[in-house]
Amino acid sequence: MSMTTSPLTPEIVSQDGNAMVLSMGPQHPSTHGVLQIMLEISGENIVKAEPEIGYLHTGIEKTAENLFWSQAQTVIERMDYLAPSSNAYCYCLAVEQLLGITDRIPERAKQIRVMQAELTRIASHCVWLGTHGIDLGALSAFFYCFDMREKILDLQEAAGGARMHPNYLRVGGVQADLPSGFMEQLDALIEMFPGRMRDLRKLLQANPILQDRLVDVGIMSQEEAQEWSITGPSLRATGIAYDVRRAFPYGGYEAYEFDVITRTEGDSYARFLVRLDEMEQSMRIVRQVRDALKPGPIAIDDTKVMPPPKETIALSMEALIHHFKIMTEGFRVPPGDVYQAVEGPRGELGYYVVSDGGNRPYRVRTRPPSLYNLQALKGLAPGNLIADLVVIIGSLDPVFGEVDR
Amino acid sequence: MEVGPGHFLLAKLDDVARWAQSSSVWPLTMGLACCAIEMMSATAPEYDIGRLGSEVFRASPRQADLMIVSGRVAQKMAPVVKRLFDQMADPKWVISMGACASSGGVFDNYAIVQGVDTIIPVDVYVPGCPPTPDGLLYAVNLIQQQIREGGRGGLLART
Repeated sequence: MSMTTSPLTPEIVSQDGNAMVLSMGPQHPSTHGVLQIMLEISGENIVKAEPEIGYLHTGIEKTAENLFWSQAQTVIERMDYLAPSSNAYCYCLAVEQLLGITDRIPERAKQIRVMQAELTRIASHCVWLGTHGIDLGALSAFFYCFDMREKILDLQEAAGGARMHPNYLRVGGVQADLPSGFMEQLDALIEMFPGRMRDLRKLLQANPILQDRLVDVGIMSQEEAQEWSITGPSLRATGIAYDVRRAFPYGGYEAYEFDVITRTEGDSYARFLVRLDEMEQSMRIVRQVRDALKPGPIAIDDTKVMPPPKETIALSMEALIHHFKIMTEGFRVPPGDVYQAVEGPRGELGYYVVSDGGNRPYRVRTRPPSLYNLQALKGLAPGNLIADLVVIIGSLDPVFGEVDR
Repeated sequence: MEVGPGHFLLAKLDDVARWAQSSSVWPLTMGLACCAIEMMSATAPEYDIGRLGSEVFRASPRQADLMIVSGRVAQKMAPVVKRLFDQMADPKWVISMGACASSGGVFDNYAIVQGVDTIIPVDVYVPGCPPTPDGLLYAVNLIQQQIREGGRGGLLART
Protein backbone atom coordinates (compact mmCIF):
# COMPACT_ATOMS: atom_id res chain seq x y z
CA MET A 1 0.00 0.00 0.00
CA SER A 2 1.44 3.34 -0.93
CA MET A 3 1.01 6.26 1.40
CA THR A 4 0.13 9.58 -0.11
CA THR A 5 3.09 11.83 0.44
CA SER A 6 2.22 14.96 2.33
CA PRO A 7 4.66 17.84 2.42
CA LEU A 8 3.77 18.23 6.06
CA THR A 9 5.70 15.90 8.24
CA PRO A 10 3.45 14.45 10.91
CA GLU A 11 3.99 16.19 14.20
CA ILE A 12 5.16 13.04 15.84
CA VAL A 13 6.74 10.52 13.53
CA SER A 14 8.39 8.28 16.07
CA GLN A 15 8.33 7.75 19.76
CA ASP A 16 11.17 5.95 21.37
CA GLY A 17 11.27 6.03 25.15
CA ASN A 18 11.85 9.61 26.14
CA ALA A 19 12.94 10.79 22.71
CA MET A 20 10.45 12.04 20.22
CA VAL A 21 10.46 13.93 16.98
CA LEU A 22 8.65 17.22 16.93
CA SER A 23 8.06 19.55 14.03
CA MET A 24 8.56 23.21 14.82
CA GLY A 25 7.16 25.44 12.11
CA PRO A 26 6.65 26.32 9.31
CA GLN A 27 3.98 28.43 10.96
CA HIS A 28 5.52 29.38 14.26
CA PRO A 29 5.79 32.85 15.78
CA SER A 30 9.47 32.46 16.63
CA THR A 31 10.96 30.90 13.54
CA HIS A 32 11.15 34.34 11.87
CA GLY A 33 9.41 33.21 8.76
CA VAL A 34 8.59 29.90 7.22
CA LEU A 35 11.28 27.69 8.70
CA GLN A 36 10.49 24.18 9.74
CA ILE A 37 12.81 22.45 12.16
CA MET A 38 12.53 18.75 12.78
CA LEU A 39 13.51 18.43 16.39
CA GLU A 40 14.54 15.24 18.07
CA ILE A 41 13.93 15.97 21.70
CA SER A 42 14.37 14.18 24.97
CA GLY A 43 12.04 15.96 27.33
CA GLU A 44 12.89 19.62 26.88
CA ASN A 45 16.38 18.94 25.58
CA ILE A 46 17.22 19.02 21.92
CA VAL A 47 19.09 15.98 20.71
CA LYS A 48 19.09 16.85 17.05
CA ALA A 49 17.74 19.71 14.97
CA GLU A 50 17.23 19.42 11.25
CA PRO A 51 16.18 22.63 9.49
CA GLU A 52 13.80 22.13 6.60
CA ILE A 53 13.81 25.02 4.16
CA GLY A 54 12.09 25.82 0.89
CA TYR A 55 8.69 26.94 2.15
CA LEU A 56 9.22 30.30 0.48
CA HIS A 57 10.94 29.14 -2.68
CA THR A 58 10.02 31.84 -5.16
CA GLY A 59 12.18 31.05 -8.18
CA ILE A 60 13.60 34.55 -8.14
CA GLU A 61 16.86 33.64 -9.84
CA LYS A 62 15.02 31.89 -12.67
CA THR A 63 12.48 34.71 -13.02
CA ALA A 64 15.33 37.22 -13.26
CA GLU A 65 16.62 35.44 -16.37
CA ASN A 66 13.42 36.30 -18.20
CA LEU A 67 13.49 40.01 -17.37
CA PHE A 68 15.55 42.92 -18.67
CA TRP A 69 18.63 43.78 -16.66
CA SER A 70 16.81 46.69 -15.05
CA GLN A 71 13.58 44.76 -14.48
CA ALA A 72 15.43 41.90 -12.79
CA GLN A 73 16.25 44.29 -9.99
CA THR A 74 12.57 44.37 -9.08
CA VAL A 75 12.47 40.70 -8.17
CA ILE A 76 15.96 40.81 -6.67
CA GLU A 77 14.86 43.47 -4.17
CA ARG A 78 12.23 41.04 -2.95
CA MET A 79 14.85 38.48 -1.99
CA ASP A 80 16.02 39.86 1.32
CA TYR A 81 12.95 41.88 2.09
CA LEU A 82 14.41 43.46 5.20
CA ALA A 83 17.22 44.98 3.19
CA PRO A 84 15.96 45.57 -0.35
CA SER A 85 18.44 48.35 -1.04
CA SER A 86 21.42 46.16 -0.09
CA ASN A 87 20.33 43.60 -2.68
CA ALA A 88 19.78 46.26 -5.30
CA TYR A 89 23.13 47.81 -4.44
CA CYS A 90 25.01 44.57 -4.90
CA TYR A 91 23.26 43.72 -8.14
CA CYS A 92 23.84 47.20 -9.56
CA LEU A 93 27.53 47.07 -8.67
CA ALA A 94 27.84 43.69 -10.36
CA VAL A 95 26.10 44.79 -13.55
CA GLU A 96 28.10 48.02 -13.61
CA GLN A 97 31.29 45.97 -13.48
CA LEU A 98 30.15 43.96 -16.47
CA LEU A 99 29.28 47.15 -18.31
CA GLY A 100 32.66 48.59 -17.35
CA ILE A 101 31.15 51.80 -15.99
CA THR A 102 32.18 51.40 -12.35
CA ASP A 103 34.58 54.35 -12.52
CA ARG A 104 32.08 56.62 -14.21
CA ILE A 105 29.43 56.61 -11.49
CA PRO A 106 29.03 60.20 -10.22
CA GLU A 107 30.18 60.97 -6.71
CA ARG A 108 26.76 62.06 -5.48
CA ALA A 109 25.18 58.81 -6.68
CA LYS A 110 27.81 56.82 -4.80
CA GLN A 111 27.19 58.81 -1.63
CA ILE A 112 23.43 58.42 -1.82
CA ARG A 113 23.83 54.68 -2.35
CA VAL A 114 26.07 54.30 0.67
CA MET A 115 23.57 56.28 2.72
CA GLN A 116 20.66 54.12 1.53
CA ALA A 117 22.60 50.93 2.21
CA GLU A 118 23.42 52.01 5.75
CA LEU A 119 19.90 53.25 6.47
CA THR A 120 18.63 49.89 5.25
CA ARG A 121 21.02 48.15 7.60
CA ILE A 122 19.65 50.11 10.55
CA ALA A 123 16.06 49.39 9.48
CA SER A 124 16.86 45.70 9.13
CA HIS A 125 18.50 45.55 12.53
CA CYS A 126 15.45 47.35 13.95
CA VAL A 127 13.24 44.49 12.77
CA TRP A 128 15.72 41.94 14.10
CA LEU A 129 15.89 43.63 17.51
CA GLY A 130 12.14 44.07 17.75
CA THR A 131 11.33 40.47 16.85
CA HIS A 132 14.17 39.10 18.94
CA GLY A 133 12.69 41.04 21.85
CA ILE A 134 9.24 39.59 21.22
CA ASP A 135 10.69 36.07 21.18
CA LEU A 136 12.12 36.71 24.62
CA GLY A 137 8.97 38.33 25.97
CA ALA A 138 10.29 41.89 25.84
CA LEU A 139 7.46 43.41 23.86
CA SER A 140 8.21 47.09 24.43
CA ALA A 141 11.45 46.93 22.46
CA PHE A 142 9.38 46.06 19.41
CA PHE A 143 7.46 49.34 19.62
CA TYR A 144 10.60 51.44 19.95
CA CYS A 145 12.32 49.59 17.11
CA PHE A 146 9.45 49.79 14.68
CA ASP A 147 8.92 53.43 15.48
CA MET A 148 12.49 54.12 14.45
CA ARG A 149 12.14 51.91 11.40
CA GLU A 150 9.12 53.94 10.31
CA LYS A 151 11.29 57.04 10.21
CA ILE A 152 13.74 55.26 7.93
CA LEU A 153 10.96 53.93 5.73
CA ASP A 154 9.63 57.48 5.45
CA LEU A 155 13.02 58.49 4.09
CA GLN A 156 12.99 55.63 1.60
CA GLU A 157 9.48 56.52 0.55
CA ALA A 158 10.48 60.15 0.06
CA ALA A 159 13.44 59.15 -2.10
CA GLY A 160 12.16 56.16 -4.02
CA GLY A 161 8.40 56.38 -3.76
CA ALA A 162 7.78 53.13 -1.89
CA ARG A 163 8.22 52.15 1.72
CA MET A 164 9.77 48.75 1.44
CA HIS A 165 10.94 48.06 -2.10
CA PRO A 166 11.84 51.52 -3.37
CA ASN A 167 13.85 50.32 -6.41
CA TYR A 168 15.72 53.56 -5.92
CA LEU A 169 19.25 52.36 -6.65
CA ARG A 170 19.71 51.76 -10.36
CA VAL A 171 22.40 50.46 -12.64
CA GLY A 172 24.36 53.62 -13.35
CA GLY A 173 23.33 55.66 -10.34
CA VAL A 174 20.09 56.32 -8.54
CA GLN A 175 16.63 56.82 -9.96
CA ALA A 176 16.12 60.46 -8.98
CA ASP A 177 17.72 63.11 -6.85
CA LEU A 178 16.84 63.38 -3.20
CA PRO A 179 13.59 65.33 -2.87
CA SER A 180 13.30 68.64 -1.08
CA GLY A 181 12.72 68.16 2.61
CA PHE A 182 14.74 64.93 2.64
CA MET A 183 17.68 66.45 4.46
CA GLU A 184 15.45 67.86 7.20
CA GLN A 185 13.87 64.44 7.69
CA LEU A 186 17.30 62.84 7.75
CA ASP A 187 18.53 65.37 10.29
CA ALA A 188 15.53 64.61 12.49
CA LEU A 189 16.42 60.92 12.35
CA ILE A 190 20.08 61.59 13.12
CA GLU A 191 18.96 63.76 16.02
CA MET A 192 16.61 61.15 17.43
CA PHE A 193 18.86 58.13 16.92
CA PRO A 194 21.28 58.33 19.88
CA GLY A 195 18.48 58.82 22.40
CA ARG A 196 16.52 55.93 20.96
CA MET A 197 19.56 53.68 21.08
CA ARG A 198 20.12 54.67 24.69
CA ASP A 199 16.51 53.70 25.45
CA LEU A 200 16.92 50.35 23.73
CA ARG A 201 20.16 49.61 25.52
CA LYS A 202 18.54 50.49 28.83
CA LEU A 203 15.56 48.30 28.03
CA LEU A 204 17.48 45.29 26.81
CA GLN A 205 21.23 45.30 27.12
CA ALA A 206 21.43 45.66 30.88
CA ASN A 207 18.27 43.67 31.49
CA PRO A 208 19.15 40.68 33.72
CA ILE A 209 16.29 38.58 32.32
CA LEU A 210 17.52 39.13 28.80
CA GLN A 211 21.09 38.35 29.83
CA ASP A 212 19.94 35.12 31.44
CA ARG A 213 18.36 34.11 28.17
CA LEU A 214 21.23 35.11 25.88
CA VAL A 215 24.54 34.76 27.69
CA ASP A 216 26.34 31.47 26.95
CA VAL A 217 23.52 30.26 24.72
CA GLY A 218 24.48 29.00 21.28
CA ILE A 219 28.22 29.48 21.57
CA MET A 220 29.97 29.38 18.21
CA SER A 221 33.74 28.96 18.02
CA GLN A 222 35.86 30.65 15.38
CA GLU A 223 36.63 27.29 13.76
CA GLU A 224 32.96 26.36 13.56
CA ALA A 225 32.06 29.74 12.15
CA GLN A 226 34.67 29.37 9.42
CA GLU A 227 33.65 25.81 8.62
CA TRP A 228 30.04 26.86 8.25
CA SER A 229 30.93 29.94 6.12
CA ILE A 230 29.24 32.24 8.61
CA THR A 231 29.53 35.91 7.75
CA GLY A 232 28.25 39.18 9.14
CA PRO A 233 27.51 39.98 12.78
CA SER A 234 27.39 36.28 13.71
CA LEU A 235 30.98 35.82 12.49
CA ARG A 236 32.20 39.03 14.07
CA ALA A 237 30.72 37.93 17.38
CA THR A 238 33.29 35.11 17.40
CA GLY A 239 36.16 37.59 17.06
CA ILE A 240 36.92 37.43 13.34
CA ALA A 241 36.93 40.96 11.97
CA TYR A 242 35.68 40.19 8.48
CA ASP A 243 33.57 42.91 6.98
CA VAL A 244 33.24 43.17 3.19
CA ARG A 245 33.15 46.95 3.48
CA ARG A 246 36.65 46.84 4.96
CA ALA A 247 38.10 43.72 3.31
CA PHE A 248 36.97 44.45 -0.27
CA PRO A 249 35.79 48.05 -0.30
CA TYR A 250 33.22 48.93 -2.92
CA GLY A 251 31.15 51.91 -3.97
CA GLY A 252 33.27 54.47 -2.13
CA TYR A 253 33.29 52.96 1.37
CA GLU A 254 37.01 53.74 1.61
CA ALA A 255 36.09 57.36 2.24
CA TYR A 256 34.18 56.74 5.44
CA GLU A 257 35.35 56.02 8.92
CA PHE A 258 33.75 53.20 10.83
CA ASP A 259 34.79 50.44 13.19
CA VAL A 260 34.39 46.76 12.44
CA ILE A 261 32.73 45.64 15.64
CA THR A 262 33.95 42.36 17.05
CA ARG A 263 33.46 40.45 20.25
CA THR A 264 35.08 37.25 21.36
CA GLU A 265 32.41 35.34 23.28
CA GLY A 266 30.57 33.97 20.22
CA ASP A 267 27.31 33.48 22.13
CA SER A 268 23.88 34.93 21.45
CA TYR A 269 24.57 37.91 23.67
CA ALA A 270 27.72 38.72 21.71
CA ARG A 271 25.76 38.61 18.46
CA PHE A 272 23.16 40.86 20.07
CA LEU A 273 25.77 43.42 21.13
CA VAL A 274 27.58 43.35 17.80
CA ARG A 275 24.37 44.24 15.99
CA LEU A 276 23.52 47.02 18.43
CA ASP A 277 27.00 48.52 17.98
CA GLU A 278 26.71 48.10 14.23
CA MET A 279 23.59 50.22 14.15
CA GLU A 280 25.58 53.02 15.73
CA GLN A 281 28.42 52.56 13.25
CA SER A 282 25.94 52.68 10.38
CA MET A 283 24.56 55.93 11.67
CA ARG A 284 28.12 57.20 11.92
CA ILE A 285 28.54 56.50 8.20
CA VAL A 286 25.19 58.14 7.43
CA ARG A 287 26.32 61.26 9.28
CA GLN A 288 29.57 61.35 7.31
CA VAL A 289 27.70 60.95 4.02
CA ARG A 290 25.28 63.66 5.04
CA ASP A 291 28.15 66.08 5.62
CA ALA A 292 29.97 65.07 2.44
CA LEU A 293 26.95 65.32 0.10
CA LYS A 294 27.60 67.80 -2.69
CA PRO A 295 25.22 68.76 -5.47
CA GLY A 296 25.93 67.08 -8.76
CA PRO A 297 24.64 64.49 -11.22
CA ILE A 298 22.95 61.45 -9.68
CA ALA A 299 23.36 59.04 -12.57
CA ILE A 300 25.82 58.20 -15.26
CA ASP A 301 25.64 60.38 -18.35
CA ASP A 302 25.27 57.51 -20.78
CA THR A 303 21.95 57.18 -22.57
CA LYS A 304 22.80 53.59 -23.51
CA VAL A 305 22.36 52.60 -19.85
CA MET A 306 20.34 55.30 -18.13
CA PRO A 307 17.28 56.77 -19.89
CA PRO A 308 17.71 60.48 -20.59
CA PRO A 309 15.89 62.91 -18.27
CA LYS A 310 12.17 62.93 -18.90
CA GLU A 311 12.03 66.65 -19.68
CA THR A 312 14.42 66.27 -22.62
CA ILE A 313 12.19 63.79 -24.42
CA ALA A 314 9.86 66.39 -25.85
CA LEU A 315 12.77 68.54 -26.98
CA SER A 316 15.21 66.15 -28.57
CA MET A 317 14.63 63.38 -31.09
CA GLU A 318 17.79 61.67 -29.87
CA ALA A 319 16.53 61.59 -26.30
CA LEU A 320 13.18 60.22 -27.39
CA ILE A 321 14.84 57.38 -29.31
CA HIS A 322 17.13 56.45 -26.41
CA HIS A 323 14.25 56.56 -23.96
CA PHE A 324 12.13 54.37 -26.22
CA LYS A 325 14.94 51.88 -26.76
CA ILE A 326 15.70 51.50 -23.05
CA MET A 327 12.06 51.22 -22.08
CA THR A 328 11.17 48.65 -24.74
CA GLU A 329 14.26 46.46 -24.97
CA GLY A 330 16.47 47.44 -22.05
CA PHE A 331 20.21 47.79 -22.36
CA ARG A 332 22.70 45.18 -23.48
CA VAL A 333 25.56 44.01 -21.31
CA PRO A 334 28.82 42.69 -22.78
CA PRO A 335 29.39 38.95 -22.31
CA GLY A 336 31.22 37.94 -19.19
CA ASP A 337 30.74 37.01 -15.59
CA VAL A 338 31.44 38.78 -12.34
CA TYR A 339 31.11 38.15 -8.61
CA GLN A 340 30.34 41.15 -6.49
CA ALA A 341 29.81 41.10 -2.74
CA VAL A 342 28.57 43.73 -0.34
CA GLU A 343 28.19 43.67 3.42
CA GLY A 344 24.47 43.17 3.89
CA PRO A 345 22.85 43.39 7.30
CA ARG A 346 23.22 39.63 7.67
CA GLY A 347 26.68 39.18 6.19
CA GLU A 348 28.38 38.79 2.86
CA LEU A 349 25.71 39.24 0.26
CA GLY A 350 27.05 38.28 -3.13
CA TYR A 351 25.83 38.19 -6.69
CA TYR A 352 27.44 36.13 -9.40
CA VAL A 353 26.09 37.56 -12.62
CA VAL A 354 26.65 36.05 -16.05
CA SER A 355 25.87 37.83 -19.30
CA ASP A 356 25.76 36.35 -22.77
CA GLY A 357 25.68 39.76 -24.35
CA GLY A 358 21.92 40.07 -24.42
CA ASN A 359 19.44 42.41 -22.80
CA ARG A 360 18.56 39.87 -20.13
CA PRO A 361 20.82 38.26 -17.52
CA TYR A 362 21.99 34.78 -18.48
CA ARG A 363 22.30 33.81 -14.83
CA VAL A 364 21.96 35.63 -11.54
CA ARG A 365 23.31 33.51 -8.72
CA THR A 366 22.96 34.83 -5.20
CA ARG A 367 25.08 34.15 -2.19
CA PRO A 368 22.50 34.79 0.49
CA PRO A 369 24.14 35.22 3.90
CA SER A 370 21.09 33.88 5.72
CA LEU A 371 21.29 30.49 4.03
CA TYR A 372 24.88 30.01 5.12
CA ASN A 373 24.30 31.39 8.58
CA LEU A 374 21.34 29.08 9.06
CA GLN A 375 23.70 26.10 8.72
CA ALA A 376 24.93 26.91 12.19
CA LEU A 377 21.55 26.00 13.64
CA LYS A 378 22.21 22.30 13.20
CA GLY A 379 25.40 22.52 15.19
CA LEU A 380 24.31 25.02 17.81
CA ALA A 381 20.94 23.61 18.80
CA PRO A 382 21.76 20.15 20.23
CA GLY A 383 22.17 20.18 24.00
CA ASN A 384 20.03 23.26 24.45
CA LEU A 385 16.45 23.62 25.58
CA ILE A 386 13.66 24.30 23.08
CA ALA A 387 13.35 27.79 24.53
CA ASP A 388 17.01 28.39 23.73
CA LEU A 389 16.48 27.32 20.14
CA VAL A 390 14.20 30.33 19.73
CA VAL A 391 17.03 32.51 21.01
CA ILE A 392 19.53 30.92 18.63
CA ILE A 393 17.29 31.39 15.58
CA GLY A 394 16.68 35.00 16.57
CA SER A 395 20.35 35.71 17.10
CA LEU A 396 21.27 34.28 13.68
CA ASP A 397 18.67 36.61 12.12
CA PRO A 398 17.69 34.59 9.05
CA VAL A 399 15.37 36.03 6.40
CA PHE A 400 13.56 33.36 4.49
CA GLY A 401 12.97 35.29 1.32
CA GLU A 402 16.71 35.12 0.98
CA VAL A 403 17.24 31.56 2.23
CA ASP A 404 14.70 30.01 -0.13
CA ARG A 405 14.83 32.64 -2.90
CA MET B 1 -29.84 51.36 19.03
CA GLU B 2 -32.02 53.80 20.94
CA VAL B 3 -31.75 55.25 24.41
CA GLY B 4 -34.63 54.27 26.70
CA PRO B 5 -36.27 56.50 29.36
CA GLY B 6 -33.97 55.18 32.11
CA HIS B 7 -30.26 54.43 31.82
CA PHE B 8 -30.47 51.57 29.36
CA LEU B 9 -30.14 50.96 25.65
CA LEU B 10 -32.41 49.00 23.43
CA ALA B 11 -30.91 46.96 20.66
CA LYS B 12 -31.33 43.74 18.80
CA LEU B 13 -29.16 40.94 20.17
CA ASP B 14 -27.87 40.29 16.64
CA ASP B 15 -26.57 43.82 16.34
CA VAL B 16 -24.86 43.73 19.72
CA ALA B 17 -23.27 40.38 18.99
CA ARG B 18 -22.06 41.51 15.59
CA TRP B 19 -20.73 44.74 17.05
CA ALA B 20 -18.79 42.79 19.66
CA GLN B 21 -17.54 40.30 17.12
CA SER B 22 -16.46 42.88 14.60
CA SER B 23 -14.46 44.70 17.28
CA SER B 24 -12.34 41.70 18.17
CA VAL B 25 -11.15 40.15 14.95
CA TRP B 26 -8.04 38.28 15.99
CA PRO B 27 -5.55 37.54 13.22
CA LEU B 28 -3.39 34.45 12.95
CA THR B 29 0.34 34.93 13.42
CA MET B 30 1.31 33.76 10.01
CA GLY B 31 3.99 35.69 8.15
CA LEU B 32 5.05 34.52 4.73
CA ALA B 33 7.22 37.17 3.09
CA CYS B 34 7.68 40.91 2.63
CA CYS B 35 4.05 41.69 3.46
CA ALA B 36 4.51 40.08 6.87
CA ILE B 37 6.89 42.91 7.76
CA GLU B 38 4.26 45.46 6.77
CA MET B 39 1.74 43.44 8.79
CA MET B 40 4.08 43.84 11.77
CA SER B 41 4.34 47.54 11.01
CA ALA B 42 0.56 47.71 11.22
CA THR B 43 0.78 46.56 14.84
CA ALA B 44 3.50 49.10 15.62
CA PRO B 45 2.75 52.52 17.16
CA GLU B 46 2.54 54.48 13.91
CA TYR B 47 -0.43 52.50 12.60
CA ASP B 48 -1.61 50.61 15.69
CA ILE B 49 -4.03 47.96 14.51
CA GLY B 50 -5.11 47.80 18.16
CA ARG B 51 -7.47 50.67 17.41
CA LEU B 52 -9.56 48.16 15.49
CA GLY B 53 -9.34 45.51 18.21
CA SER B 54 -7.13 43.31 16.07
CA GLU B 55 -3.83 43.61 17.91
CA VAL B 56 -4.13 40.16 19.46
CA PHE B 57 -2.23 38.01 17.00
CA ARG B 58 -2.78 34.38 17.91
CA ALA B 59 -0.12 31.79 17.20
CA SER B 60 -2.68 28.99 17.22
CA PRO B 61 -5.16 28.77 14.35
CA ARG B 62 -7.74 27.48 16.83
CA GLN B 63 -7.91 30.90 18.46
CA ALA B 64 -7.79 33.04 15.34
CA ASP B 65 -10.66 34.59 13.37
CA LEU B 66 -8.73 36.15 10.56
CA MET B 67 -6.05 34.78 8.32
CA ILE B 68 -3.87 37.44 6.72
CA VAL B 69 -2.07 35.75 3.85
CA SER B 70 0.88 38.10 3.95
CA GLY B 71 3.12 37.36 1.04
CA ARG B 72 3.84 34.94 -1.74
CA VAL B 73 2.52 31.42 -1.26
CA ALA B 74 5.09 28.93 -2.52
CA GLN B 75 3.94 25.57 -3.84
CA LYS B 76 5.52 23.94 -0.81
CA MET B 77 3.74 26.28 1.59
CA ALA B 78 0.32 26.00 -0.04
CA PRO B 79 -0.75 22.77 1.75
CA VAL B 80 0.34 24.33 5.04
CA VAL B 81 -1.76 27.44 4.42
CA LYS B 82 -4.72 25.26 3.50
CA ARG B 83 -4.29 23.17 6.64
CA LEU B 84 -4.02 26.23 8.84
CA PHE B 85 -7.19 27.62 7.30
CA ASP B 86 -8.97 24.32 7.92
CA GLN B 87 -7.80 24.35 11.54
CA MET B 88 -9.30 27.78 12.21
CA ALA B 89 -12.66 27.64 13.91
CA ASP B 90 -15.74 29.04 12.15
CA PRO B 91 -16.55 31.83 11.58
CA LYS B 92 -13.36 32.90 9.85
CA TRP B 93 -12.20 35.44 7.33
CA VAL B 94 -9.27 35.73 4.97
CA ILE B 95 -7.39 38.79 3.77
CA SER B 96 -5.16 38.28 0.78
CA MET B 97 -2.46 40.83 1.42
CA GLY B 98 -0.41 42.03 -1.50
CA ALA B 99 -0.04 41.26 -5.17
CA CYS B 100 1.64 37.88 -4.68
CA ALA B 101 -1.05 36.42 -2.46
CA SER B 102 -3.78 37.85 -4.67
CA SER B 103 -2.49 36.84 -8.08
CA GLY B 104 1.11 35.67 -7.92
CA GLY B 105 2.27 39.25 -8.49
CA VAL B 106 5.59 39.63 -10.25
CA PHE B 107 6.32 35.96 -9.72
CA ASP B 108 4.51 34.35 -12.61
CA ASN B 109 6.57 31.18 -12.42
CA TYR B 110 6.71 27.52 -11.40
CA ALA B 111 7.28 28.18 -7.70
CA ILE B 112 4.43 30.45 -6.64
CA VAL B 113 0.72 29.71 -6.30
CA GLN B 114 -0.99 32.14 -8.67
CA GLY B 115 -3.36 33.58 -6.11
CA VAL B 116 -4.17 32.11 -2.72
CA ASP B 117 -7.86 32.13 -3.70
CA THR B 118 -7.11 29.00 -5.70
CA ILE B 119 -6.78 27.11 -2.41
CA ILE B 120 -8.82 29.03 0.20
CA PRO B 121 -11.74 31.49 -0.03
CA VAL B 122 -10.67 35.12 0.22
CA ASP B 123 -12.88 37.93 1.59
CA VAL B 124 -10.77 41.00 0.96
CA TYR B 125 -7.87 41.58 -1.41
CA VAL B 126 -5.32 44.28 -0.66
CA PRO B 127 -3.34 45.56 -3.63
CA GLY B 128 0.26 46.66 -3.35
CA CYS B 129 3.73 45.21 -3.30
CA PRO B 130 3.76 45.31 -0.39
CA PRO B 131 0.60 47.21 0.58
CA THR B 132 1.10 49.96 3.12
CA PRO B 133 -0.11 49.24 6.64
CA ASP B 134 -2.94 51.71 5.93
CA GLY B 135 -4.07 49.35 3.21
CA LEU B 136 -4.17 46.48 5.65
CA LEU B 137 -6.07 48.56 8.19
CA TYR B 138 -8.64 49.40 5.52
CA ALA B 139 -8.98 45.71 4.71
CA VAL B 140 -9.65 44.93 8.38
CA ASN B 141 -12.22 47.73 8.31
CA LEU B 142 -13.94 46.07 5.37
CA ILE B 143 -13.98 42.75 7.22
CA GLN B 144 -15.59 44.50 10.19
CA GLN B 145 -18.15 46.02 7.88
CA GLN B 146 -18.94 42.58 6.46
CA ILE B 147 -19.43 41.20 9.95
CA ARG B 148 -21.74 44.05 11.03
CA GLU B 149 -23.83 43.55 7.93
CA GLY B 150 -24.05 39.84 8.71
CA GLY B 151 -22.14 38.93 5.59
CA ARG B 152 -20.44 35.69 4.74
CA GLY B 153 -19.17 33.81 7.75
CA GLY B 154 -20.78 36.18 10.26
CA LEU B 155 -21.66 35.05 13.78
CA LEU B 156 -25.22 34.16 12.89
CA ALA B 157 -24.53 32.96 9.38
CA ARG B 158 -24.82 29.31 10.32
CA THR B 159 -28.23 29.59 11.97
